Amino acid sequence: MPREVTLKVGVGKNLKERIVEIPDNAPRPWDGSDDLKYVGKRVPRVDGRDKTSGRAKFTFDIQLPGMLHAKFLRSKYPAAVIRKIDTSKAIKYPGVKAILSVQDKLPLIVRFAGQEILAVAAETAHQAAEALKLIEVTYDVRKFVVDKDLAKEKNAPTVFNTQVEEKLTEGDLPGEHSEVTQKGNVRGPNISPKDATPEKIDAALASSFAVVEATYRTQVQTHSAMETHGVVVDWTAEDKLKCWASTQAVFAVRDELAGSFKLPKSNVRIITKHMGGGFGAKFGVGIYGVMAAKLAREAKAPVRLMLDRKEEHLCVGNRPDSVQSLKIGADNDGKLTGIKLISYGTAGTGTGAGTSGPAKNIYEYDHFYSEESDVFTNAGPGAAFRAPGHPQGAFALEQAIDELAYKLKIDPLEFRKINTPNNEIRQAQLKIAAEKSGWARRNPNPGADKGPIKRGIGIANSVWYYFYGRNFQVSTQVNNDGTVKVTNGVQDLGTGITTVIVTIAAEELGLKPSDIQVSIGDSEYGYGPASGGSVTTGGLSPAVRDSAYAAKMKMFEIAAPMLETTADKLAAADGKIFIKENPDKSLSWKQVAKKIPGDNFIAIGERKEDYHKLDIGTIHGVQIIEVAVDTETGVVKAERVYAVHDCGRPMDLLTTESQINGGIIQGISYALFEDRILDRNTGIMVNSNMEQYKIAGALDTPEIESVVLNVHYGQSSTGAIGIGEPATVATAGAVGNAIFHATGVRVRELPMTPDKVLIALEAMKGASS
Amino acid sequence: MNKFEYGIAKNIEGAFDFLKEPDSKIKAGGIDVLDLMKEGLEAPKRLVNIRSVPDLRFINKGENGELRIGATTTLAEIESSKTIKAAYPALAQAAATIATPQIRNVATIGGNLCQRPRCWYFRSEDFHCLRNGGDTCFAEDGENRFHAILGNEDDCVVVHPSGTAVALMALGARLVIAKNKEKRELALADFWVTPEDDVTKENILQHGELITEIILPKPRQNESSFYFKQQEKQSFDWPIADVAVSLKLKGKQCEDARIVLGSAAPIPWRVKAAEQVLQGKPISIKLAKQAADAAMKDAKPLSENAYKVAVFKAVIYRTICWAAGVDPFAT
Repeated sequence: MPREVTLKVGVGKNLKERIVEIPDNAPRPWDGSDDLKYVGKRVPRVDGRDKTSGRAKFTFDIQLPGMLHAKFLRSKYPAAVIRKIDTSKAIKYPGVKAILSVQDKLPLIVRFAGQEILAVAAETAHQAAEALKLIEVTYDVRKFVVDKDLAKEKNAPTVFNTQVEEKLTEGDLPGEHSEVTQKGNVRGPNISPKDATPEKIDAALASSFAVVEATYRTQVQTHSAMETHGVVVDWTAEDKLKCWASTQAVFAVRDELAGSFKLPKSNVRIITKHMGGGFGAKFGVGIYGVMAAKLAREAKAPVRLMLDRKEEHLCVGNRPDSVQSLKIGADNDGKLTGIKLISYGTAGTGTGAGTSGPAKNIYEYDHFYSEESDVFTNAGPGAAFRAPGHPQGAFALEQAIDELAYKLKIDPLEFRKINTPNNEIRQAQLKIAAEKSGWARRNPNPGADKGPIKRGIGIANSVWYYFYGRNFQVSTQVNNDGTVKVTNGVQDLGTGITTVIVTIAAEELGLKPSDIQVSIGDSEYGYGPASGGSVTTGGLSPAVRDSAYAAKMKMFEIAAPMLETTADKLAAADGKIFIKENPDKSLSWKQVAKKIPGDNFIAIGERKEDYHKLDIGTIHGVQIIEVAVDTETGVVKAERVYAVHDCGRPMDLLTTESQINGGIIQGISYALFEDRILDRNTGIMVNSNMEQYKIAGALDTPEIESVVLNVHYGQSSTGAIGIGEPATVATAGAVGNAIFHATGVRVRELPMTPDKVLIALEAMKGASS
Repeated sequence: MNKFEYGIAKNIEGAFDFLKEPDSKIKAGGIDVLDLMKEGLEAPKRLVNIRSVPDLRFINKGENGELRIGATTTLAEIESSKTIKAAYPALAQAAATIATPQIRNVATIGGNLCQRPRCWYFRSEDFHCLRNGGDTCFAEDGENRFHAILGNEDDCVVVHPSGTAVALMALGARLVIAKNKEKRELALADFWVTPEDDVTKENILQHGELITEIILPKPRQNESSFYFKQQEKQSFDWPIADVAVSLKLKGKQCEDARIVLGSAAPIPWRVKAAEQVLQGKPISIKLAKQAADAAMKDAKPLSENAYKVAVFKAVIYRTICWAAGVDPFAT
């Protein structure tokens, strides 16, 4: 029977009562009145020591007896038809055990430089590499296009001659599948809202008091996770497959392998004990996973296939680039009247270049129109990447908002308040951010510093959405020696779900985090979430708590006769089970565990539907960034960041802050450095390494001060929602606004490298003289 | 990477013995040569380790007040040497800003001088460029934002990568080059090979030759030097411009100047026109900016790197100021 509980919900300390209906066997949700011992506090990463000492075993580290090493042969050309492949010399090379083409029959159509042609498995990696050199491929080289603007032209070489189906992973926004047209290399436009027309928005903007209009460009960013993509595959029987995978979706990899080899799910086991990051590019099994399994079957030996850094840049995903023409208007009170966005970008041979999320979902406005297109080019396919579409969308939108504020002579932070009047969370965050950063001390006039090095402060908002998934199964096993083990199939993307599980279980069971063992990353355990869309913590944590709660109830049933009371009168804390009304009457956890019949019991918690829909279904965040711009060299340094974010109730504050830090650093890197550069004349990436593909390092990292604003929803037993993606959305836009505040110049193209900053400064000089 | 023999030399004679194999390469710190082998750009039959030769690793004062640095002295040893920091600050500054601490602990001064350019076409096995014996410079009409703005008219437009070379040139360094029992000495300025002379080489070293020492002359009276490297990123990045300045000063009056640019041209590029601007005059921000303009007068940027001219102008005038003890940002 469901029961009703009255919870304290709200933003920060501004709480009100809300009646929530919960299942009878579920714990009362944590709310604003609960001050918890571990949850929301700083619990150190439980696998930190293993990771820093090298004890943690990643897919990369797996070594099996008789294991072969596999490598891909990849196309040198961005567009070609392969009609002949001669492997006769390679197959005779010492140590080579199998060679398989990615496509059974030729011709094979090549659409980007780096596309897989075939794979070789040999006894050593060196032999595989040498054998690849002996393979003769006859290419019928075709015309290619890697520039998205050239690709839009009428006579451009077409990347696809057929209609392309959009492929979505767990990392992509679950949008409506739109019926869009594809003509030449352009797929789209996708118009939103459905009934909108350019005429209506143009009329609304024409009658606005103030309008700003500009075009923004963002670059292609590659995921560049620390661990590359890859698998180790072992056929343990003719119809049984074991696979270690560097993945953010253990169960999706299992399903794809089972599907590819027509095996029952129970015959495929995926293991991901530790993995070195994915950022959205590691959802499926990939061609590499399927090929590794085929090679292993062919060679009758385990196969390891890990990509190298170059392949990582070329073939397994990237954040698409964009060109966004944005026109926004406001009335003389500073209220937004309308937003018009025309956007296109290329995800290479993939789709997903949309950017409209921030424009649609941050501010309140009267009119909206967006038009988004994908442009196909002969480049590696895009993939979901930490808040797909949003850092690029926010870079444009947040600069436009800033520009409009200046035009109206309204403080940019105040302007953001004016245009989010009904969002209590944003109002609270903007207030905190202003206080933390000392916004009031900021000189309202841009470019006010004397001397060549000028400092500026910029602000930008973030937006993401609350997704959580359903039906995850967490089990808590209590052994009769008192030890506790919590198990779920979920992988730890690096965000700290392992620590979150420990924290929640310790809290619920009244034990210490060090008393809890966790086992994750195995498709033979209970169903767990794919780590995409920032769902892992919001999705899994209620099942963890409910499972621990169920285990606690079992322990109370055992303890009740021992304490001569009933289970409903008991509580657990500090390693003891005691009578609520009379805490002196207690037993240690271990004393009770001794009475467990048999050896152990297992209690299951399941992720169900939220108890109610959130009033505001978005995740927010605001970042204020201080930069120093060297106006003579164009070099920008981000010096300080104040970040205010929300994620419902944070489970472990330490890993939450770590996520925010990571999002900001990745955002700074996106704003200032990262850029996939394809050679215009050959279509080959010139900086497919970690030296010339520039990623922010320690000295490029600003001082970061973050505030996690507690928001109590009471929507689930833990009240957690995600943080991974929203943390990176605002950063590049805030840097752009800080550069404007420092110099009086807008840099509307990413990355904001010295060449672009100097060109923008030069253009201003030209305009003012 | 190819399979190769590995010869570990115990002394200089041993190194020359190993180098008798015609298809051999010298490895000191191994930072660059192993990279080149991994990229498939070098495939020597034998690699000769000279890092194991104790006689090549030293920082010693010579007879005439000069300083002699052994070729396998690490960059970390150079950046932390009190003698070098006091008498040749530009060299210490150059060594201290190269790559990362981990690399500086292993990389050697000799290897730093002999490293090959970082041009992304040259470094990739996907492109068979002029410097690799091909017939095309892909950078000239391609992605050349980090390429040369000076001395770039002879087909290959790479930039010189060594920061210590730039500092050493400004300090008037000489090299000792040995082959078996023979030794010769030459000015570092004469060590370099331009693309016009031989596009496949960066210096005059022949196979079997070894830099054994770098000699820094006794500092002139009132000599002051400074090196600055401007990067896009502050962590682990190659310069977009690096400049070394050595001044002989009388008060603020410049009696003699040497200004050398790195990352500007295929070889370290001395800019005499800029030096002449300073000659006999008191150093001021204004004068330093005039010198910077003179240094860039002959710059011929490529399609994507015009910004480098502005960056060089800024770095040159600032480095002159720093060398002269003038605050370049004073208003």
